[in-house]
Amino acid sequence: MDRNHPQHQVLHMRRSLFDQGYIDKEQFIQLEELQDDANPNFAEEIVTLFYTDSARLIQNIEQILVNRPIDFARLDDILHQFKGSSSSIGAKKVKEACTQLREYCSAENAEGCMRTLQLVKQEYAVLKRKLETYFQMVRQVG
Amino acid sequence: MSTASSSVVSDQFPAGLRVLVVDDDPTCLKILEKMLRTCLYEVTKSNRAEIALDMLRDKRNIFDIVISDVHMPDMDGFKLLEQVGLEMDLPVIMMSADDSQHVVMKGVTHGACDYLIKPVRIEALKNIWQHVVRKRKNEWKEIEQSGSVDEGDRQQKPSEDVDYSSSANEGNWRSSKRRKDEEDEADDRDDSSTLKKPRVVWSVELHQQFVAAVNQLGIDKAVPKKILELMNVPGLTRENVASHLQKYRLYLRRLSGVSQHPGNSFMSPQDASYGPLSSLNGLDLQTFAATGHIPAQSLATLQAAGLSRSTAKSGLPMPLVEQRNLFSFDNAKLRFGDGQPQHMNSGKQMNLLHGIPTNMEPKQLVNLHHSAQSLGGMNMQVSPHGGHNGQSSSLLMQMSQPQARGQILNETAGGQVARLPTSTGQPILSNGIAGGVLARNGIGENGRAGYNQVPQTSSMLNFPLNHTAELPGNSFPLGSTPGISALPAKGGFHEDANSDIKGSAGFIQSYDIFNDLQQHKPNGWELQNVGVGLTFDASQHSNSLRSNIDVAPSVLINQSYSSSQRNGQNSNASVTGKAIFSVGEGTEHRNNGQNVGQHMNNLLGDNSMRIKTERVPDTSFQPALFPQHFGQEDLMSALLKQQQDGIVTAENEFDFDGYPLDNIPV
Repeated sequence: MDRNHPQHQVLHMRRSLFDQGYIDKEQFIQLEELQDDANPNFAEEIVTLFYTDSARLIQNIEQILVNRPIDFARLDDILHQFKGSSSSIGAKKVKEACTQLREYCSAENAEGCMRTLQLVKQEYAVLKRKLETYFQMVRQVG
Repeated sequence: MSTASSSVVSDQFPAGLRVLVVDDDPTCLKILEKMLRTCLYEVTKSNRAEIALDMLRDKRNIFDIVISDVHMPDMDGFKLLEQVGLEMDLPVIMMSADDSQHVVMKGVTHGACDYLIKPVRIEALKNIWQHVVRKRKNEWKEIEQSGSVDEGDRQQKPSEDVDYSSSANEGNWRSSKRRKDEEDEADDRDDSSTLKKPRVVWSVELHQQFVAAVNQLGIDKAVPKKILELMNVPGLTRENVASHLQKYRLYLRRLSGVSQHPGNSFMSPQDASYGPLSSLNGLDLQTFAATGHIPAQSLATLQAAGLSRSTAKSGLPMPLVEQRNLFSFDNAKLRFGDGQPQHMNSGKQMNLLHGIPTNMEPKQLVNLHHSAQSLGGMNMQVSPHGGHNGQSSSLLMQMSQPQARGQILNETAGGQVARLPTSTGQPILSNGIAGGVLARNGIGENGRAGYNQVPQTSSMLNFPLNHTAELPGNSFPLGSTPGISALPAKGGFHEDANSDIKGSAGFIQSYDIFNDLQQHKPNGWELQNVGVGLTFDASQHSNSLRSNIDVAPSVLINQSYSSSQRNGQNSNASVTGKAIFSVGEGTEHRNNGQNVGQHMNNLLGDNSMRIKTERVPDTSFQPALFPQHFGQEDLMSALLKQQQDGIVTAENEFDFDGYPLDNIPV
């Protein structure tokens, strides 16, 4: 197969997402397997939903960290959800960053929280770009 | 059983299973919905627990199972779980990204039938229908049972007990309660099946008020009237409270099984002496209660005969342990002839006396057979151990305990036989219990070539039996703990309004012990019975060819027990316990060819126990095969100690020198 063939590129990118640890392979494959005639683009729909919803979560987290005193309990709740949804789409690195942030949260380490939030946002943004590219390619392949 | 299960299952099952999934996280919710639909379930989703609860209340019968997230902003998933458990008793699966043990434990203790860690895999969802089947099956059985019940509500409770295998707890727990406020209990009972009556919606707030009131009063003392006064909610009737109280108790009972464990001896280091078995029982059962499986336990030389039960009941598709029913076990501590007292610790806030798994730890463990039975309301674990006693005599133990479940089904399963093949002498210890309603079930004992089989048939719905056999050095304590609680007595049972046991439960227990000690060593046999305490010590003469201990306790309405002793070579000890809490009695033991009758009247609390002697035909025994020699001097003391908060316990010690019986209410 031609290296530049779009289908090959999709597969290559997909594999690199797995290999580089951005995406949890098993979970992502589960999403793909849920695709059927009713929801042919289910994986993409879910990822889109995740990004829509988690943008709100990140906003909330930032808000909490700005206020004093920091409401760590609420922060923990949000992080828990964030962790749950990121693991559900297989966003491995985001989830790991979340877990880290949550540890700072339970330690009530405000400085650690803020620093780790940057990591979360960064992983979040990187993955978003990669997945957007990926799904775009998937759609092109049809 | 197989027909029962098949009858609730349609051809397409589990397709069409009606699932309510609750998660505030839209991503997870959408994935779950899709997964569930892929499983061909009928899915309803909600992103708010309150809305979900409203749906459940409004459309009471349109869901088969609920899957709920733990962390939700509007309502904690555990609260939803609690409400569902109280109000509609649907199977609830909890899920969370949080896989920490305490959270999972919390889910289990709150009555979740399963706990899924996010990300949830479709493989896990493909199997959730089993929870529904399990539940339906129980309901089905309940209907069947209640159909045969002519006594109405009062009888229905016990049958529920069967369904929630926490029944062992329930009975005892209830007993304690009932003694205090018999009248209120009766009210509860009347309300127990009132699904048709106008229903108060127990909102979370109302329930919290209720819980606060109960806690203030103390669970044992909380009676509807007082709760109502404390709650002070207009419009709420005593009946409402009574009904809710009952559900709450059921709920607590379900919880008690597991919640007990963490603080309990299972996990605590102090129990190290208790050994691997206890932790096996505790931890594994706990785990399996969660997953609905009974472990085939094999540990070192431990052989599990436990599942023979399930094989006996062929076609029974469900795991033996009902999931929502968490076991609570008391631990009978084993001692090795060192005279150290035994403690029965029953856990927890409820002070329940539960079925106690039998644990045995022989010092020298030759083979260990562990058989566990647990079915519905019956929890039974038997762990006979054969151990070499100090004199290298080997011991073969066999315990078979088939149990019949339910009176209607009244089946006698094949029996579990744990065998300890030992070296040469073939001493055999066979411990069998036959319990039958109306004391009618035959005790079949077959002594065969070194094996004794004692089929046990019990039609009691709620009849955990526990036996503990210990083989320390040359003393052999056997602990037997039939916890008879809240026996749903039907048919042949008489009803006694004042008695916890409705009616009389007659059962015969028969223990045959063939013991061959080649060294003519004194043997001490100690049977300990907790719950329905049975304690007897038998010391045998060195001249006797065999010792045969038959125990035929019959529990009558007012807790009168009969014990019988038999002829010379057989020592028959029977003790009987009390249906109401933990009364243990000990009994005696026999030695030479005389019949010894003992009458014992104990007043423990409100209960009087009478032990009278009667003869029990010894159905099986093979004298020739098992000669035994025992030192007569051997003196056994039975000590039964139960420590339970708030529960009346009895401690009996028996010295066999003069056959004095001391009953010391603790």
